[in-house]
Amino acid sequence: MTTDPRPLRPGRPKPWNDPRVRSVVFQILAIAGVAWVGYTLFHNTVSNMESRGISTGFGFLNETAGFGIIMSLIPYNETMSYGQTFLVGLMNTLLVSGLGILLATIVGFVVGIARLSSNWLVAKVALAYIEVFRNIPLLLQIFFWYFAVLGALPGPRQAVNVGDIAFMSNRGIVLPKPVFEPGAWVMGTGLVIALATIVVLAIWARRRQAATGRIFPVLPIAVVLIPGLPLLGYLLTGGPVSWDVPSLGGFNFRGGITAIPELGALLLALTLYTASFIAEIVRSGIVSVDKGQTEAALALGLPARRVLRLVVIPQALRVIIPPLTSQYLNLTKNSSLAVAIGYPDLVNVFMGTTLNQTGQAVEIVAMTMAVYLTISLAISVLMNLYNRAVALKER
Amino acid sequence: MATHQPLPDQPPPISQRGWLRWLREHLFSTWYNSVLTVVIGYWLISTFVPLINWAFIQAVFTGDGADACNPDGACWVFVEQRLGFFIYGFYPAEFRWRPNLVFALFALSVVPQFLPLPTTIRKWLAIFGITGLPLAAYFLIAGGHFGLESVPTSRWGGLMLTLILAYVGILAALPIGILLALGRRSEMPVIRGICVVFIEFWRAVPLITILFMASVMLPLFLPDGVTFDKLLRALVGITLFQSAYMAEVVRGGLQAIPRGQYEAAEALGLGYWRRMQLIILPQALKIVIPGIANTVISLFKDTTLVLIIGLFDLLGAVKSTLSDPAWSNVMAEGYLFVAFCFWVFCFGMSRYSHRLEKQLETGHRN
Repeated sequence: MTTDPRPLRPGRPKPWNDPRVRSVVFQILAIAGVAWVGYTLFHNTVSNMESRGISTGFGFLNETAGFGIIMSLIPYNETMSYGQTFLVGLMNTLLVSGLGILLATIVGFVVGIARLSSNWLVAKVALAYIEVFRNIPLLLQIFFWYFAVLGALPGPRQAVNVGDIAFMSNRGIVLPKPVFEPGAWVMGTGLVIALATIVVLAIWARRRQAATGRIFPVLPIAVVLIPGLPLLGYLLTGGPVSWDVPSLGGFNFRGGITAIPELGALLLALTLYTASFIAEIVRSGIVSVDKGQTEAALALGLPARRVLRLVVIPQALRVIIPPLTSQYLNLTKNSSLAVAIGYPDLVNVFMGTTLNQTGQAVEIVAMTMAVYLTISLAISVLMNLYNRAVALKER
Repeated sequence: MATHQPLPDQPPPISQRGWLRWLREHLFSTWYNSVLTVVIGYWLISTFVPLINWAFIQAVFTGDGADACNPDGACWVFVEQRLGFFIYGFYPAEFRWRPNLVFALFALSVVPQFLPLPTTIRKWLAIFGITGLPLAAYFLIAGGHFGLESVPTSRWGGLMLTLILAYVGILAALPIGILLALGRRSEMPVIRGICVVFIEFWRAVPLITILFMASVMLPLFLPDGVTFDKLLRALVGITLFQSAYMAEVVRGGLQAIPRGQYEAAEALGLGYWRRMQLIILPQALKIVIPGIANTVISLFKDTTLVLIIGLFDLLGAVKSTLSDPAWSNVMAEGYLFVAFCFWVFCFGMSRYSHRLEKQLETGHRN
């Protein structure tokens, strides 16, 4: 019997065949590549900016802006700084995103549930809505609402009059504005007391139900109490709120609160577009809950409404929430399309007008992108926390 | 002997069969369903009857100008008169046969995919569609070679530009997205880190800021004297943006492949790329067809954003014509026409992805 003279353990492979050596080499190459690209870009940018005489740094934020903005949630006029324009744009972006998220969620949930309705007509109308709105570009929808619908409204003199207090014209929607007089704090206190009572009551009701199984009707009490207490305060203090009702003066309305048509069109388009995606998410979430869960809950004798609220929806939410958050993020990012119709959001005011006036592209683009990055990362972090909280706990 | 003669079966009551039963079950099953049916039915009739009347019955489809139109109906004459501009933009009329030839080649590579032809023919036509077609399209549409007169990209526009942006964007974004997804799943921390940062950055910012960046900042990044075409800049922006989304979709597929598949492929002694190409990616991509289709559709819709940086895609072409004083009050018709075009493409793509998903269904998940 001959023995194989070769050793049992093979020697080290040749360096170019060794996966560990290879992986180190690839990674060094990757770092070198990224560093080289970064250096080249930096070098080119610096030399280009020098040759074009573009100043650098964030000093421009303190300079006077000198342009007006048609809508601002915080005090603003032309004499304020570019830093203030940044804040105005940011607030407007947050306003339209916040309202859009709220409305799109409501519409999306209604349509998503309607899609599963036992009523054939309701289900088909919901389906048609989804298929139409999500297959048309958002920018086109914004143009449609802004130019073809809101732009076609009559001028202020022929405005659509709703009971002499609210008006719809091509300059926007004008609503009466509440003016709080001394004594209005009683109403505010009433609201706070009502909310606090309901929270305490809800906690107590849940504990009692867990202990005894008896249900306490919190919802009807909340419906009465939350508007009721402030109203009581209003009546007791003799009506400390007056309304600044808009009136036609010259060529436009005076007084009241004006919602500019840009905001209306953007909000409509964002809501209807995003809601069509949310509806599909809601539908698939509800469908994903096993049929056995519903049947088991019905077998326990729960009424249909409670089955939905206590058994189906909590399980569906686990599937719904992650894609829902990414739709919220999309809506926030899509609100930057405001620039196409002139709604003064962050991109329009800061990356548009401010950039054109100062020419400091690098700083401004970086700041704008940093805002969106922050929003995105913040939402992802919250999302991950939520996911950890609702993930199936396997015992 | 008297035998028991059962009576013949009665037909079920009228409310339990035929269309009456269908109505009862689907529209009037409970009192609130009946109310809903009546309210929605009324709303549908009161909205769509006038709409159809406006869009079709009272509408004028052909004519010479705005005068031919009926004030009570839609003025489709506008679309008919400007169709050339909507399809080709400012592309010179005498060279329109060139994009037309490209459209024909495109149809040649796509339409047979739906016909019952031998797989080999379909395969080669598909390969032509992703390799030869873009090259042929470039030489034909841009010109400048083979005796064809050069047409600058600033004259490209309309539906042609929309399709070019979408097609090139998809062709570039899919492979880059796959590479990024593989990179994100890599065992090398540096490669993984680079891919994660790249993907998360592009996904976090709106496309419009990327297009702005491409049009304002790209000239600053490049060495002096190097200029980029505006169209190319938009294409780079769209591709980078969508490849990040594509990467996340593909990563979902990669994660869904059971570990055993990776290990079995390794045990066969295959190298990394062959492992991915032969075993992992075919399964992973099949799982994520719906996600890829959604990304493709959103890329198609996002091409409209280029009008903000001054390119005339289909929407841009129609929008620019709407300010023409010769055509007043055709705003709704114009936007509805564009909406219809986009809807047909996007809805078609989503149907096709459903079909593909069913075709490739092997009966077992993973």
